[in-house]
Amino acid sequence: MTTATIEEHLAKGYEHGWVVDIDADQLPPGLDEGTVRWISARKGEPEWLLEWRLKALRAWQTMEPPTWQRPTHPPIDFQAISYFSAPKTQKDGPKSLDEVDPKLLATYEKLGVPLHERAALVGIAVDAVFDSVSVATTFREELKKAGVIFLSLSEAVKEHPELVRRHLGSVVPITDNYYAALNSAVFSDGSFVYVPKGVRCPMELSTYFRINAKNTGQFERTLIVVEDGAYVSYLEGCTAPMRDESQLHAAVVELVAEGNGEIKYSTVQNWYPGDEEGRGGIYNFVTKRGICKGRGSRISWTQVETGSAITWKYPSVILKGDDSVGEFYSVAVTNNLQQADTGTKMIHLGRNTRSTIVSKGISAGRSDQAYRGLVRMGKGAAGARNFTQCDSLLLGARCGAHTFPYIEVKNPTATVEHEATTSKVSDEQVFYLRQRGLSAEDAVNLIVNGFCKEVFKQLPMEFAVEAQKLLAVSLEGSVG
Amino acid sequence: MGVGLEIRGLRARHGEREILQGVDLEVRPGEVHAIMGPNGAGKSTLGKVLAGSEEYEVTGGSATLDGQDLLALEAEERAARGLFLGFQYPVEIPGVSNAYFLRTALNAQRKARGEPELGAGAFIKMLKEKMARLDMDPTFKDRFVNVGFSGGEKKRNEILQLLMFNPRVAVLDETDSGLDIDALRVVARGVNSLRDGEHGILVITHYQRLLDYIVPDVVHVFMDGRIVRSGPKELALELEDKGYASVRPAVA
Repeated sequence: MTTATIEEHLAKGYEHGWVVDIDADQLPPGLDEGTVRWISARKGEPEWLLEWRLKALRAWQTMEPPTWQRPTHPPIDFQAISYFSAPKTQKDGPKSLDEVDPKLLATYEKLGVPLHERAALVGIAVDAVFDSVSVATTFREELKKAGVIFLSLSEAVKEHPELVRRHLGSVVPITDNYYAALNSAVFSDGSFVYVPKGVRCPMELSTYFRINAKNTGQFERTLIVVEDGAYVSYLEGCTAPMRDESQLHAAVVELVAEGNGEIKYSTVQNWYPGDEEGRGGIYNFVTKRGICKGRGSRISWTQVETGSAITWKYPSVILKGDDSVGEFYSVAVTNNLQQADTGTKMIHLGRNTRSTIVSKGISAGRSDQAYRGLVRMGKGAAGARNFTQCDSLLLGARCGAHTFPYIEVKNPTATVEHEATTSKVSDEQVFYLRQRGLSAEDAVNLIVNGFCKEVFKQLPMEFAVEAQKLLAVSLEGSVG
Repeated sequence: MGVGLEIRGLRARHGEREILQGVDLEVRPGEVHAIMGPNGAGKSTLGKVLAGSEEYEVTGGSATLDGQDLLALEAEERAARGLFLGFQYPVEIPGVSNAYFLRTALNAQRKARGEPELGAGAFIKMLKEKMARLDMDPTFKDRFVNVGFSGGEKKRNEILQLLMFNPRVAVLDETDSGLDIDALRVVARGVNSLRDGEHGILVITHYQRLLDYIVPDVVHVFMDGRIVRSGPKELALELEDKGYASVRPAVA
């Protein structure tokens, strides 16, 4: 089907009140109003959300892709992308694990990813579903009892439209940036979390648990809202689909914390980084932002980034409420030809707001990495404080590390501290550890893990273990 | 080939410069040997070459430990077979606690030897016992490896590792430098506890002082990349008295 015919078809469908062929499982490449209408109809969305998407699309059409970031890539042909390809992985994907690149499977094995999850990650339809249904059910029951809402965004739009409507786009406006606008127009699905007043979410929420996390596609959207005094810890799991061609992943995450509410958001990102020669890999252009709306609220981002060909993301916090706290703990690893431009923005608006930034960048191979951060102390941010620590570790002589800290202070009583170091894994360190019995690779892993300690200790236990393994796998071949 | 460390005609260079020029030495279990010599003679190089440093290229000779060819092994394999080098300048590993490092390394060695891993409980018990023997503060185990340690603390930490790894042969490179007399006594106590007929010890030092506490069976004078004279412990006193120049004519 050509774009022209689908447009025709869509136009026709519209006339008749949106009867669309639900069996169709993939849109042909291209993006225009018809595409957005098709997606919205396919998902059975209400009129307001369609309008919201269309507004985003129109804004996006007037915008230019950003060029200020350090990583470079060939221009992306946005008309060559299919914007709805949910079942693609099942239909076009490998039929069994035998058809999957053994290298990828070896990686999963090293990570200790269970077999059924490995299958799901590479896009095989898992028939012999273990216990996931019952696991998911008990888990939902428990959350329901606590009053916590944890649904896919699509479900939430149907079941709690008023909540979604109030908060969607309230932290990352649809015109915020090029990729956020694109996401707003075409987002496929994502997660929605709502924790009511005074409730401490009884378990850590993870995308692993959410069955429908499968096939959310490259434009997912997450919205987390905690009311006064509520708390949630959310884990964004690692997934690593491998494809030969470079692929765009443009997600949006919005966090809202009311007075004394707290959100802890942890990510272990392991998208396919491309091969040793830099072929393929994900372009991970993600907008993540939280707002500490109420007094004493707290938002903490912890991320371990090892994947993607290009990473371009700055999980940020707007510190609006007085005495609110924003934190950013990050480990980013790049190897081979990976490029990463990552950091954070801490926007201090309220009085006595505090923020902490700890960024650890590890570059190996021929990779290139930049920390880019903004700390802004607004006029009203009396007594606000920021502490930034930004460390780079280099493995070998062909990689790069750069730091771009931006600091804007408009209130004379605010304090900003910035510390930065760059170091190398020295031959002496490696020899010392080998003399004590560690292999060269284990020696480097030990040094790297020590370097990342401050960030790893922020992660929930099982995530920290996964992160350590992931680091070891990511740095494989970077020694010697 | 016999037990312990056997070095025959060992030659090694760093870049274009030949540093070891035919070293011959045997250290049997139960023996303590001391190597003394002027700066730049190649004493430290000998330790690093034996331990498998990639800074140096071996150009001739042999070195075996309990009959096994050391030179054919990777550094970590030499460690697992029982060769320990106490470093002159121990390096810092930020973010890694002493206890975690020691347990990881100890279990890596055990694994390489086909022995079962040491559990956390057994390990901590062993660590506490060895630390007590060296009068080490219990907080030592939680501090990052050598980070912010004084010179003396670093050396004491090397001896702690020596006791933990319990090697067949230990080469201690200037373990005495930077130690006050109390620390020196503690270090010597640790080393002497290995004089049980099972361990061979090679002490590299500038000063006779250490040898008052770790009394060697044999003293070697190391000059121009090889051993030029060997003798009983009294040789150290003679060197202290007359200097290395007195030895040189004997070489010619």
